[in-house]
Amino acid sequence: MKTINYMKKVLLILSLSPLLAFASQDIHLDKAPVDVSNHESLQRGARTFVNYCLNCHSANYMRYNRLMEIGLTEKQIKDNLLLAGGKVGDTMTVAINKKDAMKWFGATPPDLSVEVRARGADWVYTYMRGFYRDNTRSTGWNNTVFDKVGMPHVLYELQGEQELNHETHQLELIKPGRLSVEEYDTLIGDLTNFMAYMAEPAKQQRNQLGWFVLLFLGVLLVLAYKLKKAYWKDIH
Amino acid sequence: MNYFTKLIGWVDERFPLTSNVKAHLTEYYAPKNFNFWYFFGSLALLVLVLQIITGIFLTMHYKPSAELAFASVEYIMRDVPWGWLIRYMHSTGASLFFVVVYLHMFRGLLYGSYRNPRELIWLFGVGIFLALMGEAFFGYLLPWGQMSYWGAQVITNLFATVPFIGPDIAEWLRGDYLISDATLNRFFAFHVIALPLVILGLVAAHIIALHEVGSNNPDGVEIKKLKDKKTGIPLDGIPFHPYYSVKDLVGVVVFLMVFAAIIFFAPDMGGYFLEANNFVPANPLVTPAHIAPTWYFTPYYSILRAVPPIGISQFPGVAAMGLSVMAFALLPWLDRSPVKSIRYKGNLYKAWLAAFVISFFILGYLGTIPADTYGQFGAWLGKADIATVIARICSVVYFAFFVLMPWYTKKDKTKPVPERVTG
Repeated sequence: MKTINYMKKVLLILSLSPLLAFASQDIHLDKAPVDVSNHESLQRGARTFVNYCLNCHSANYMRYNRLMEIGLTEKQIKDNLLLAGGKVGDTMTVAINKKDAMKWFGATPPDLSVEVRARGADWVYTYMRGFYRDNTRSTGWNNTVFDKVGMPHVLYELQGEQELNHETHQLELIKPGRLSVEEYDTLIGDLTNFMAYMAEPAKQQRNQLGWFVLLFLGVLLVLAYKLKKAYWKDIH
Repeated sequence: MNYFTKLIGWVDERFPLTSNVKAHLTEYYAPKNFNFWYFFGSLALLVLVLQIITGIFLTMHYKPSAELAFASVEYIMRDVPWGWLIRYMHSTGASLFFVVVYLHMFRGLLYGSYRNPRELIWLFGVGIFLALMGEAFFGYLLPWGQMSYWGAQVITNLFATVPFIGPDIAEWLRGDYLISDATLNRFFAFHVIALPLVILGLVAAHIIALHEVGSNNPDGVEIKKLKDKKTGIPLDGIPFHPYYSVKDLVGVVVFLMVFAAIIFFAPDMGGYFLEANNFVPANPLVTPAHIAPTWYFTPYYSILRAVPPIGISQFPGVAAMGLSVMAFALLPWLDRSPVKSIRYKGNLYKAWLAAFVISFFILGYLGTIPADTYGQFGAWLGKADIATVIARICSVVYFAFFVLMPWYTKKDKTKPVPERVTG
């Protein structure tokens, strides 16, 4: 009972104490090239996501067959993206054991379905390009956007290895990877684009439909205004 | 006699249909000089109906469980046909409800609509406002995101600051030591049935009281004082239907255009309507760096933060926040001006109203940001946060508007009120 009372007090003070602002707001984020109408980019992003991210991170709310929206056929999804078998109607789950993940990385890899809505596309785009070598970390990696992150640099074979110059605070490529800097940026741009699409698949439909709704209401407004004028002509 | 007339006659012998349509629509005489500010009553009713209908459809797919709530909302956003539209209508509707209600209340302040004989209309209105705040608060927990969770944690902890019985009240409200599955279940019950019933009842009372005494108008003139000798109809009155029904229709379409623009192009409203952090599932072990309530609560939240604690007790801030909302209920008895409408009030009232509105906006803004955003004053002011000091000044202005009202409304130089409505 005592501990509970103590915990209650701590929580009370925590939740009422003046709010803290973290320094993370000052980090410069690069603009992500998001264009969810670019289906080729989304398809490339989906491939990268399934090949690299979907081993540890799930996207539990995203169904594979929804990717037919971005121009893939059911067969393409089955052959290229459903790597561990399963049905096209399944959601993008992962088999990683949460306890193992906790042991390996110090944190469970979060579900990425709505990551872009939570953090913003620019954050994801900068984060995925912000890994650098840091031997004080158990994984050997650190990140400019997410300090002391538990995630290792999964794409280092593609990007190569960066180091943080502590004087200029700039990242420097010390060991080139399989891709050039531009190619890697494009890869991450496509990946971010896909994650932005995945965070709200209905967005494109919503934007297109919006114009028709506004057009309809615009016409209705003219009619409603004329009706009002007609009724009110003898008042005043 | 055709079949329709016969049917109406049949109903009328058993239910006061025609007499009610007359009393509330075709023979309810409203002043003919309603302006822009008079659209928001009917709009509030429209949003209420929209919230109930979209809410019913959301309830069909939502799961009030700590395990499933977050996923069920995403299920609605992705797998339920048109689920995203229904959900955005509901989330946008919540914010626009407050926009409309705030403008509706401001109309009351402009034209003295709370004055005799409309005190009860105003009190029912304050009741609706309070119930609406509860409704919004309970509903905000349901998506079970980080902001939902920690926002509810902060608000329920406010009750814990009440001396002696506070912690027990907070625990009783939550049904647990922390916000948990038990809390989510009861908040769901409050959100989908308890408070909607209260709101509907109060709205009915609000409208019945209004139709009993008649509507105020921008001149603050009682149109019932001058009636046509033959017909007994107020000289400046026109039947609500068809005149105001067709006029309100224009307001409804304009409102729907704003509503649609937000739903289809900016449902997050830059984080003000849907916060980014609420797309992270609730996690009792990770406190977000910055917890702020949704925008419509931020003026009161600012007042809460601005009032300094006594010892370690935060109760003074909580009490001030409660008073800042309840103060509206006292307006009918605080305003001692001989005139109702701002058109005939003097510069003193206008200045106080302007100061109040500006304070309200500044408090609202400050409630959305961390207190140290603008840095600190020097040692001469005890290194106080600049934002906190500004919030304190605005809080004083906010309360002074109410407390000093009997004095400045009496002292104010008013203009003569015309016999009949103008323009």
